[in-house]
Amino acid sequence: MASKPAPPLTRTQELWLLACAVLTLVPAIQPAPPWLAAALILALTWRAWLWWRRATLPPRWLLNLLVVAGSVGVFLTYRHLFGKDPGIALLILFLALKLLEMRRPRDGLAVIFLCYFLLLTHFLNAQGMEVAGLALAALVVITSALASLAHAGSGVLAQLRLAVLMLAQALPFMLVLFLLFPRVQGPLWGMPVDAYSGMTGLSESMSPGDISRLIQSGEIAFRVRFEGQIPPQPSLYWRGPVLGNFDGRSWRASLAREKVGLPDTATSQPVGYEITLEPHNKTWLFALEIPASLPAGASLSREYLIQARAPVRSRLRYAMQSSPGAGHDPGESAVSLRRYLSLPPNNPRTQALAQQWRREATDPEAVIRRMLEHFRQESFFYTLTPPLLGENSIDEFLFGTRRGFCEHYASAFTFALRAAGIPARVVTGYQGGQRNPVDGYLIVRQSDAHAWAEAWLEGRGWVRVDPTAAIAPSRIEAGLASAMPASEALPFMVRADFSWLRQLRFRWEAVGNAWNQWVLGYDPQRQREVLSRLGMREPDWQAMAAAMATLCGLLLLALTAWALRKRIRLDPTQRAWNRLSRKLGRIGLARRPWEGPADYARRVAQARPELAQSIQAIAGLYVDLRYGKLNGDAPSQRLRGLVSGLDIAVSK
Amino acid sequence: MQAVASFKRWLFRLYGPEAAPIRLSQRRVYVLPTRAGLAFAASLVLMLTGAINYNLSLGYALIFLLAGLGLVTLLHTFRNLVHLEISPGRVEPVFAGDNAGFGLQLHNRRGQSRFALELKLDGGETQACDLAAEATTLVSLPLLARRRGWLRPGRVTLETRYPLCLVRAWSYVEPDMRCLVYPKPEASAPPLPLAANGENGGPRGGRGSEDFSGLRSHQPADSPRHVAWKAVAREQILLTKQFAGASAAQVWLDWNALPQGLDVEARLSRLTRWLIDAHSRGLAYGLRLPGRQLALGQGAQHFQECLEALALHGL
Repeated sequence: MASKPAPPLTRTQELWLLACAVLTLVPAIQPAPPWLAAALILALTWRAWLWWRRATLPPRWLLNLLVVAGSVGVFLTYRHLFGKDPGIALLILFLALKLLEMRRPRDGLAVIFLCYFLLLTHFLNAQGMEVAGLALAALVVITSALASLAHAGSGVLAQLRLAVLMLAQALPFMLVLFLLFPRVQGPLWGMPVDAYSGMTGLSESMSPGDISRLIQSGEIAFRVRFEGQIPPQPSLYWRGPVLGNFDGRSWRASLAREKVGLPDTATSQPVGYEITLEPHNKTWLFALEIPASLPAGASLSREYLIQARAPVRSRLRYAMQSSPGAGHDPGESAVSLRRYLSLPPNNPRTQALAQQWRREATDPEAVIRRMLEHFRQESFFYTLTPPLLGENSIDEFLFGTRRGFCEHYASAFTFALRAAGIPARVVTGYQGGQRNPVDGYLIVRQSDAHAWAEAWLEGRGWVRVDPTAAIAPSRIEAGLASAMPASEALPFMVRADFSWLRQLRFRWEAVGNAWNQWVLGYDPQRQREVLSRLGMREPDWQAMAAAMATLCGLLLLALTAWALRKRIRLDPTQRAWNRLSRKLGRIGLARRPWEGPADYARRVAQARPELAQSIQAIAGLYVDLRYGKLNGDAPSQRLRGLVSGLDIAVSK
Repeated sequence: MQAVASFKRWLFRLYGPEAAPIRLSQRRVYVLPTRAGLAFAASLVLMLTGAINYNLSLGYALIFLLAGLGLVTLLHTFRNLVHLEISPGRVEPVFAGDNAGFGLQLHNRRGQSRFALELKLDGGETQACDLAAEATTLVSLPLLARRRGWLRPGRVTLETRYPLCLVRAWSYVEPDMRCLVYPKPEASAPPLPLAANGENGGPRGGRGSEDFSGLRSHQPADSPRHVAWKAVAREQILLTKQFAGASAAQVWLDWNALPQGLDVEARLSRLTRWLIDAHSRGLAYGLRLPGRQLALGQGAQHFQECLEALALHGL
């Protein structure tokens, strides 16, 4: 190494590094705490301005001060310095400040490595295709910046071209490594508590308005691939949290988490399917009613809710079997039944009406029929924008507003059943789903969120009763869009018009699903699946590592062959001239390296007078082509003809 | 130390000066990651643990793409250097204490350019150059000439970190070339020994620049102002006009006439100084060394012969 100091960064290098920083920092602005985001924008603007004005960078003491201040800020925001969010915040801070003391190629390298780390942290928030595209673009720019650090002399376009070429050559390696690198199921150590936040989905409680808010989201809750035909829409009840405790306004899940065995579903034909569940940060897994099998490691609660061991924090794939026709286990203890009868002392009108119906009816089933009849005949409306309800929400709804969404109907219905002395509970989950014609998956969105009731009938156990089906039967049969009056503003994905847009969206979502299944969902299990389908008999990690090393070696070999290929392409004139020398070399008259055409021709003519005429012609033509005005294909072709026509008698 | 040096010579196949042209075959180009490359690899390992911990599939993809980039860089850097041809170029004699410039000709026989090639002699400064496709370039490698005599450049290190700074490819060559180093002229030498040794400075036969006395064939050292252009037009060869003048003096630079206390190098140093002075004053001078004598003469060639005799005296 030369001992002289490295030269300062050129303006082009600085611009490349700034571009890297902007491309990797901009996606980080939104999730960062506001003060850091503001500081980051300020720092980037400041640095860009300094570049523009060719001004000197801020002094080191100021930067040190800013590092300390920023670190204190991060600590005050998160109360610790380790873990995901403070880590990202510190990365952002260091990168922004490193830009302000970027003087030599060493600093440039530091900026680039920080950019790599920051690029990785983007994937903690989202791993969609658009994120991947942005990351790839950033990677091209970062690689260009690295190329400019190695060789400041080449042009911006050349650096960009080189980066694209090298990344393209790296792509096969990526594919091999991605496919064969032995996957380990994380986490390697305990996850910080702040790793997951801000996921949408159902929760353990339900107040009026919760579900109608949820269905505004077109987000996908889960995708289902059925082994056979998709069962008819009205039987697609995806069971979620069961809410048994009512406080007059909100329903809550009971805290008892008693585990039971699988119900006896031998009487009906089970349906097999595989669910790809989007992360919702809750422990429950969705399944069609009634589950006939359990995913590995999951358990079944007494309420027939499938519970995973840990909250679902990454996309989860599990195979299921369900028997839609089967009934619940009829056994339930008297103690727990009493729990499903408890009522808060409010909503007196509903209680009175329910008790009146119970007195008039012969058995509980008649009460249920009567109630559904009531919903059907009176002027109840199914709407996404119900009026706000007060203290006695159920009284107000049943006797006043009469406008509500499934949660209102399920809540009122369950309440009334309990008032009539029939044990009842609210079940939340999803109903229906949309078949994507492109890849055949059934997509269940947040907009398919639903709530229904379950009543306990002596001898039959828990029976599903969906009051929404009484008021808006088309909601259950054909989905939300058909159940809503035309005047209602529906979430985009459930609207019936814009069919071409929907087609487009289906296609896009099919691509997204493929992405999820094959790229994001490529876990140890899927890796084994894929590799055994590719013909690897025993895909354990040794075999994978061996295959990976072999393939990488082959790729490297191919690339080496490309790198070392000789591409000395002489023009035809030169080739013909060289050929003449080789031809005459057979009689010991090869051209000497320093010999010009005229001298050479003279020497050959002296040695072999019979060749004099043709050799003079060839040399003359060559000189004209090389140094004269003659050019083009025709004379060059003539030269080639003359050379190959040269007849040399070897034996003389 | 000796063992390490000989191990290095064996490892890098250095067996003394090589015949030109030297072609950097695949077997003599070495590649290793630079410090930045090691940092890059360490970053990837760190990122991989993160990706495993948080189950980031795209993280894996990113890391694997970067790992692939590292491998590709290895090849690109290797390719930037391999099959380069080196042949020795001009080497001008220098005085001891000056920088000798070893000219090296680099030939790129490939259809692609080579960038950011760095050449260095052991103990010399680094020279960087780019080389276009199928082009030849001349690089002069400086090396401080400490002692008079023949200076061999020794080992030339050719290296490159192109294209991403992550990998260094290098090769050693020992081109067969040498530089003649003249003795260092004494800084404060006594004046030319004209008075002591000056033999008859008469006008006979001496050449000056006043009166035209005839033509002779041109020598490269002659001033262009003295070329007889009219005669050239007539005779088609370069002729130099000769003048007779009174100012040409003669001086003998004699080793034995120097004071007794001076050692060999000091004597040579002083003689060199006098030689330069005599040459620049247009004198006719001769050189007497132990066992060797150079007759009186003038001109660039004579000057160089004398300098060479001084440089190689006793070697």
